[in-house]
Amino acid sequence: MKALRRFLDKIKPNFEPGGKFAPLQSVFEGFESFLFVPATTSKSGVHIHDNIDSKRTMTVVIIALLPALLFGMYNVGYQHYLAIGELATTSFWTVFLYGFLAVLPKIVVSYLVGLGIEFIVAQMRHHEIQEGFLVSGMLIPMIVPIDTPLWMIAIATAFAVIFAKEVFGGTGMNIFNVALVTRAFLFFAYPSKMSGDNVFVRTGDAFGIGGGTVVDGFSGATPLGQVATNVGDELVLRNIVGEPLTTLDYFIGLIPGSIGETSTLAILIGAVILLLTGIASWRIIVSVFAGGLLTAWVCTMVDPSIYAAALLSPIDQVCLGGFAFAAVFMATDPVTAARTKTGKYIYGFLIGAMAIIIRVFNTGYPEGAMLAVLFMNAFAPLIDHYVVEANISRRLKRAKNAK
Amino acid sequence: MANVVRLKRGLNLRLEGTAVPNVEKTIVSDTVAIVPDNFHGIVPKVIVKPGDAVKVGSAVMYDKNHPEVQFVSPVSGEVVAVERGERRKVMKIVIKNDRKDEAVTFEKTSSAAEVKQLFLQAGMWGFIKQRPYDVIADPTVEPRDIFVTAFDNAPLAPVYAYEMLAGEDAKALAKGLEALAMLTQGKVYVGVEPESKVTVPAGVELVTFKGNFPACNAGVQAHNIAPVNKGETVWTINALDVVLMGRLLLNGRVDMMRTVAVSGSEVAKPAYVRALPGTPMADILKDNLVKADYARRVISGNVFTGVNVSIEGYLGVYHSHVTVIPEGNDTHEFLGWAMPGCKVLTTSRTFVSRWLPGSNRKPDARLHGGERAIIMSEEYDRVFPMDILPEYLVKAIIAFDIDRMEQLGIYEVAPEDFAACEFVDTSKLPLQEIVRKGLDALRKEMN
Repeated sequence: MKALRRFLDKIKPNFEPGGKFAPLQSVFEGFESFLFVPATTSKSGVHIHDNIDSKRTMTVVIIALLPALLFGMYNVGYQHYLAIGELATTSFWTVFLYGFLAVLPKIVVSYLVGLGIEFIVAQMRHHEIQEGFLVSGMLIPMIVPIDTPLWMIAIATAFAVIFAKEVFGGTGMNIFNVALVTRAFLFFAYPSKMSGDNVFVRTGDAFGIGGGTVVDGFSGATPLGQVATNVGDELVLRNIVGEPLTTLDYFIGLIPGSIGETSTLAILIGAVILLLTGIASWRIIVSVFAGGLLTAWVCTMVDPSIYAAALLSPIDQVCLGGFAFAAVFMATDPVTAARTKTGKYIYGFLIGAMAIIIRVFNTGYPEGAMLAVLFMNAFAPLIDHYVVEANISRRLKRAKNAK
Repeated sequence: MANVVRLKRGLNLRLEGTAVPNVEKTIVSDTVAIVPDNFHGIVPKVIVKPGDAVKVGSAVMYDKNHPEVQFVSPVSGEVVAVERGERRKVMKIVIKNDRKDEAVTFEKTSSAAEVKQLFLQAGMWGFIKQRPYDVIADPTVEPRDIFVTAFDNAPLAPVYAYEMLAGEDAKALAKGLEALAMLTQGKVYVGVEPESKVTVPAGVELVTFKGNFPACNAGVQAHNIAPVNKGETVWTINALDVVLMGRLLLNGRVDMMRTVAVSGSEVAKPAYVRALPGTPMADILKDNLVKADYARRVISGNVFTGVNVSIEGYLGVYHSHVTVIPEGNDTHEFLGWAMPGCKVLTTSRTFVSRWLPGSNRKPDARLHGGERAIIMSEEYDRVFPMDILPEYLVKAIIAFDIDRMEQLGIYEVAPEDFAACEFVDTSKLPLQEIVRKGLDALRKEMN
């Protein structure tokens, strides 16, 4: 480590203003602080600081995402081999490898595009590279279907990073969740590659492995896609080869869907990590689920021949689609969520309620969690405003009573 | 029945180097310095020049805006230097101590007007601070109430010095409190911790605070007893400084001798010494630092609100505490953000050491990260025991939106109230500096 430190100290002058590589200063600083915690000491105020910093915070979120990501990779392989009818004859590792190879390019593209823009902007503004995109860049590949083309992801990521984040001033200043803006952009710009029956299961090969043809009776519709097109008072959700699914299947997550969103179990492991470390707000997570369950229960009372989703139980509703993922990883983004204690309860509850309402009452629109979070991102400052106003009016009242 | 206030939010850090509760020695140095920067909110006008003889209690400077507010010498001897910095700003007045201890004698007082006159004349006014703005009190404004803080629960606090308030300093404290009670139509409140044996004279109210730092701060105590509203002025004074006022009233002469905790992981034998404000740190720490080949930070005060004065500096006027910690500027932690963190000082559960008892008790002065925009929410709230939204107030200060600052409670706070927030801040913002600048700018704007 000492040799590395010496090397960095030696090449550092080249990156400082006036040096050979001065235009790369932010990038150098980014890598330097990535390797070594900066040794800057406090200049004013407190003389000791907590060890926590934003790199650590973001790292914990990424760790919390890993169970869902790894499960998602396996599930991509699982759905593929199920579709081509070779699941029983393929080993666990081959299935995983297929999924890994299918997902990896998406992660690479998302990070390359997003971090590239971050690096350039940091250098333009002469500030340090900020860590926010480390999480966004991981979220983006997890919330898209497996067959969304890479170039679309690249364009959408660039759009989101520039127009949802950098124009507002960078990490900590954005109003909308960057990853969700990416998804919304994809959804509205290229709807055929973001929804429907043909994008959630990869039927072709991945880097040459896993080729084959789909079995008879294959249908790539997600459970929520099936709900949206259901007719009549009966609802039986099936997997891609036509076998019926149970609530346990929705919970475990071996069903078609966006890469990281299918397994409520893996997402809950992530939630436990986030809550134990205190990074995410339990108030938000709990109230999103509360809002979702309550609204879903109310919705079971509507006419199922018009709104088929009424046939889903509240538990099924929160296990299916992107609901759990949105509750744990999207709604809890501290920058775009409500920031006050009271505000968080309201914010979370409304996200849960809104997600289910969109799902049930807009039949042309099978999944609502993403839009619910984006919608509440816009309302979070308003919710906070009223909480802050309450604090202010307490103070005013006190001053009046004192006179 | 005594009033008890329970404060849930706060911070309790145990650091290495707590001073052993007995007074080792009295430090008498050859020189002391009066540093005008210690007194926040005044414009110093020096009235002595090198060569002038001074006694204990002789005025050496006054506040240009309120010439009646004088600042005095703690020793007798000769002024050897008046050092000035950029734009002729007075950096320090150095006085050679002749060790004769000759003192100016002051008349006994009986009325409120006389007490006030005495405090102004004999350099006691500098110990009285006011809210709003956390500056030395404006002598033309009568305070609504007076808040005296009689404990300290910052890391390594000089607990023993406060214990003496119920012992040998009890008489002076009572005398001082009686005098303060004459200076307000309102009440004098004394904030103590549950174990305190401090007693107060009739007419002074004792309030017990249960809770971690910053429960010892005057602002926190005032907020939980009788909050400061717009247009009101209250005074805040440390009980250890009330003792100095009491001594003046009892003896008719200035005696600024303090019991000072010398603490911190870099101190060889953490203990208490007696010293005057303005004593050189080199004299206080002489022979009492562990051997080291790395840089150290010498702090007058505690690690949260103290001032980095370096070994060439002087004991601050308000401080009964010296802390020495490693600077840490040569420590390069490899991949620190990714490590389990078994030996770090933190309140965050993302580090292993938060889950284990007895984690790092020997922190250095590093920030452990780069400055960022405020990302995490509710971080400040959990160490801010007031009904104020710290994050929103800080943002209003940064934007310098006066109306918003007023609405959110700027008049109730001092920079020290944000010290714990600054410690836990993931974004590493210099909150105390932000609040200080905000208060100063606001004061300028309003007057």
